[in-house]
Amino acid sequence: MEFLLASAIGVMTAAGIYLVLRLRTFPVILGISLLTYAVNVFLFTSGQVVIGAPPVLRDGVTVYTDPLPQALVLTAIVISFGMTAVVVMIGLGAFLGSNDDHVDDQPEIADDQAGGTS
Amino acid sequence: MSLFFIVALPFFGALLPRLMNTAGRSACVGVTFTVSLAAFVGLLTNLPTILAGEVVMARVDWMPALGLNFTLMLDSLGFFFALLILGIGLLIIAYARQYLSRDDNMGEFFTYLLLFQGAMVGIVLSDNILLLLIFWELTSLSSFLLIGYWKHLPEGRQGARMALTVTGMGGLAMIGGMLILGQIVGSYDLSVILQNRELIQADPLYVPALILILLGCFTKSAQFPFHFWLPHAMAAPTPVSAYLHSATMVKAGIFLMARMWPVLSGTPEWFMIVTTAGLITMVLGAVIALFKHDLKALLAFSTVSHLGLITMLLGTGTAFGAMAAMFHILNHATFKAALFMSAGIIDHEAHTRDIRRLGGLRTLMPLTFVIVSLAAMSMAGIPLLNGFLSKEMMLEEANHTALFGSPWLVPVLATVGSLFSAAYCFRLIGHVFFGPVRDDYPAKPHDPPVGLWLPPALLIVPVVVIGVAPFLAEPFVKLVTASVLGDAADVPSAHFKIWHGLVPALFMSIVAVVGGLLMLRIFNPALRIWDEAPRPEAKAIFDGIVEAAAVLAQKLILPLHNGAFSRYAAVGTITIVVAGFYAWSTGTLSAPTRTMQTAGPVLIAGWLMLVAAVVGMVLLHRNRFLSLILIGIVGLMVSIGFVFLSAPDLAMTQFTVEVVTIILMLLALNFLPNRTPVESSLLRRMRDSGVAIAGGLASFALAYYYLMRDAIGTPISEFHLANSYKGGGGTNVVNVILVDFRGFDTFGEIIVLSIAALLIYALTETLLNGPVRARLLHRKPDQPRAGDKHPMMMVVLTRVMMPVVMMVGFYIFLSGHNEPGGGFIAGLIVSIGVVMQYMASGFAWTNARLRYPYHGVIGAGVLTAGFTGIGSWFVNKPFLTSDFVYVRIPPFEKFELATAALFDVGVFLSVVGAVMLSLESFSRLARRAHTIDSEHPMDIDPSRDALSPVAAVREGV
Repeated sequence: MEFLLASAIGVMTAAGIYLVLRLRTFPVILGISLLTYAVNVFLFTSGQVVIGAPPVLRDGVTVYTDPLPQALVLTAIVISFGMTAVVVMIGLGAFLGSNDDHVDDQPEIADDQAGGTS
Repeated sequence: MSLFFIVALPFFGALLPRLMNTAGRSACVGVTFTVSLAAFVGLLTNLPTILAGEVVMARVDWMPALGLNFTLMLDSLGFFFALLILGIGLLIIAYARQYLSRDDNMGEFFTYLLLFQGAMVGIVLSDNILLLLIFWELTSLSSFLLIGYWKHLPEGRQGARMALTVTGMGGLAMIGGMLILGQIVGSYDLSVILQNRELIQADPLYVPALILILLGCFTKSAQFPFHFWLPHAMAAPTPVSAYLHSATMVKAGIFLMARMWPVLSGTPEWFMIVTTAGLITMVLGAVIALFKHDLKALLAFSTVSHLGLITMLLGTGTAFGAMAAMFHILNHATFKAALFMSAGIIDHEAHTRDIRRLGGLRTLMPLTFVIVSLAAMSMAGIPLLNGFLSKEMMLEEANHTALFGSPWLVPVLATVGSLFSAAYCFRLIGHVFFGPVRDDYPAKPHDPPVGLWLPPALLIVPVVVIGVAPFLAEPFVKLVTASVLGDAADVPSAHFKIWHGLVPALFMSIVAVVGGLLMLRIFNPALRIWDEAPRPEAKAIFDGIVEAAAVLAQKLILPLHNGAFSRYAAVGTITIVVAGFYAWSTGTLSAPTRTMQTAGPVLIAGWLMLVAAVVGMVLLHRNRFLSLILIGIVGLMVSIGFVFLSAPDLAMTQFTVEVVTIILMLLALNFLPNRTPVESSLLRRMRDSGVAIAGGLASFALAYYYLMRDAIGTPISEFHLANSYKGGGGTNVVNVILVDFRGFDTFGEIIVLSIAALLIYALTETLLNGPVRARLLHRKPDQPRAGDKHPMMMVVLTRVMMPVVMMVGFYIFLSGHNEPGGGFIAGLIVSIGVVMQYMASGFAWTNARLRYPYHGVIGAGVLTAGFTGIGSWFVNKPFLTSDFVYVRIPPFEKFELATAALFDVGVFLSVVGAVMLSLESFSRLARRAHTIDSEHPMDIDPSRDALSPVAAVREGV
């Protein structure tokens, strides 16, 4: 199971990095989202990973999973929503303002690329 | 008054002038004056302690681990400088009231002035050298603002920049020197450092520390070769010049040399560097000053020259030299401030400061004439004025100083400097006030109103009084000197006298004054020679160095920073991976301590789906809608993974966030192109894949390594599990951590989230008010619009579901403390319920039914959480201490009331507000783009009914 978890993190990271390296805003934003998943899961797994032992106290139960990473990841998820929203807004604003959704500075023809779309 | 107040008053007072700006100029000056006066009086209340020879200390630990403490010390040296700073500051404020014109923003001016004053007072009262450095940098910054106050003048801006560059560089050097000094002694407290003369001077790092500290002092006090910034700073308004260059800014370097005198002076290195620099500066400044035609430039170079004189005196390292330096600081501050203010008066009344255009003002401006004459003669060293006394002492000291093995060098150069000094003073009086009255002044000169002449006139009082009765100043100067000398030497017994007998210094003085008069006689031929002589232009050299540095920086930075984000990202990723690999290969690795758990078929199936969706995203990312669906699958699988791995709270959060994120992306995609075109070459994609795979492998390795090993230290999680119920009153440990144990973190996080939402709102507003608006209005949708905007089924369903959603949200919220749930999740659920209304019934319809704006909801949330935290102050507990009780109201079961629940309400409200404000902002863009949607709740658009081809055909049939 640990192998599956770690490999899932690896796959999401790799795909996230690849998309972040693309040239247009939308894939870059998706890439950042994938990286967010990877990071959140990574943080989550930094405690002990246990099946069927939620950190909700019950009489007679002694084995619980590590609650601390969960609390950290919970806020991380909500904050990453805020961050994604801001990034999307910036990307959208840039596109609406210049009709260009490249993430890199365009050497000279930035304004001529009508629509910048296919 | 406490020393803290004296330092803090100008800083807090700096807020007032700006506020009083609208109340009129007099009110503005009034508050500034009052603030300064309060600090001045506060300083004077410490006078008895100082006169008793004691030291006032005030201490608050700031960052004790770094050795940085807010420690203030007031001894007679600090008192002397603070007296000059605050006292002359008061006169300057009164003077500036009349000087500044109606076009000048007075509030701004006095704000900068008070900031500067506070920083200066901070320097002279600091007992901690790190604190001193902070104030030191603050004077550089605030003097930059003051010098560049007339922003419309290019000379002002350039002068300010030059002053900041030179003094800032010096400040950087000084930081290094001070840190070395602190390392040597093992303490950053001045009072400790000053006790360790032998330790410091024996240390091999003494010379580097000395050079670095002197760099700071020399740049600040405009010593050769850094003297060139001071004349350029004259572009500032005259009150600023008078303040900065007579009593304060440039004296900071002198102050520090005096402060450090007991531990740094007395060595050959100190003597060689400081005396030589001072001597060169004194002579050079005096010579240049003579040939300047601008009154303020003349005074500026004369300031440079006099600072050189003081520096030279400190450099000799004798007790008598230090005493002469202190005495001259006092005298120079009085006559120079008066002269600067008078130059401002002449400029103000005659509308020119060019000596060549002036002359004959003696009868036109008699008052100014008297003030300038007395001050200038004092500067020239004429008996019965205070400048004479300290100049005699300087010449006396010079006469006993042998530099480079020659007993003649210093006395001769000192006499030459004094000669030129006398010459420019006589020129100042002769060429401005004597001579025939002219008829081509730019404006008719006359004596100024009392507000302008009184401040310099007050400064003339000590000039004359000390000059006539030097014994009045003697005890105070000796007290200050004692504080400079510390334990290093005894205060000299020599008395301040006008007549010392026929000593060499007297003859040197006579040579200087007579020579100065002769020099004025041959001024015109000398000027011609001066004008023809080639000499380096300091500003051109400075500009050349700055230009070269800028070119170098550009050559270095532009190729590295070419605006390509993807390149930065690739470089960053590779760097992180390489650094991680280095750590991995050099660190110690332990054997696995956990055994791998078996993975059931469910987990494998989930993993397969996740990986398939991720790989699909990479392959199909050019189709943006498809990739959005795929990322939805990834998010869903992650949520399910959380459920599986005992994290129900996470799963619920991830799931609900997923929904709002997808809606948000869809709203954005409405405007963005639907496809990503193929742009990058195969090679580029290969390169990116390589980087991505390296990053993926690295994170896999890291995660796998962690997962197979136990934590090195004991995790603090056990504490949370053990205390969750006992201390926090809840059984859901995750929720208790969020709202109780780590409540302060959560408080910060909801604020971050709220700021993000407000940022989105602000960006939307900017877009809608800018040129984008027109583009949006003319935009043609690139997708066919839906046939019915608000499908009836959806409208009905969402309305029926709304109360159910609310109830679920309420339930999740309430159960949060003991079961999975809580404010975050409840907030997200309720947001989704509201978003559904927007989607089904339309923006206009929903917004019309909106009772509270989302900003208000965010504010209410943050405030609720904040006030809950503050509430614990009332029972003398730290911020956000929680409490809970169990109550039982028949016929219900026993339930819990916790303050944490109130905090959770804050979290809930903030989340709802933030999510809704973000989504609403995006929708407002969309709404602007297309036709205004109808007020009708659901169904069919009547206008479309009339125009629709289907309807038309039907009617036709």
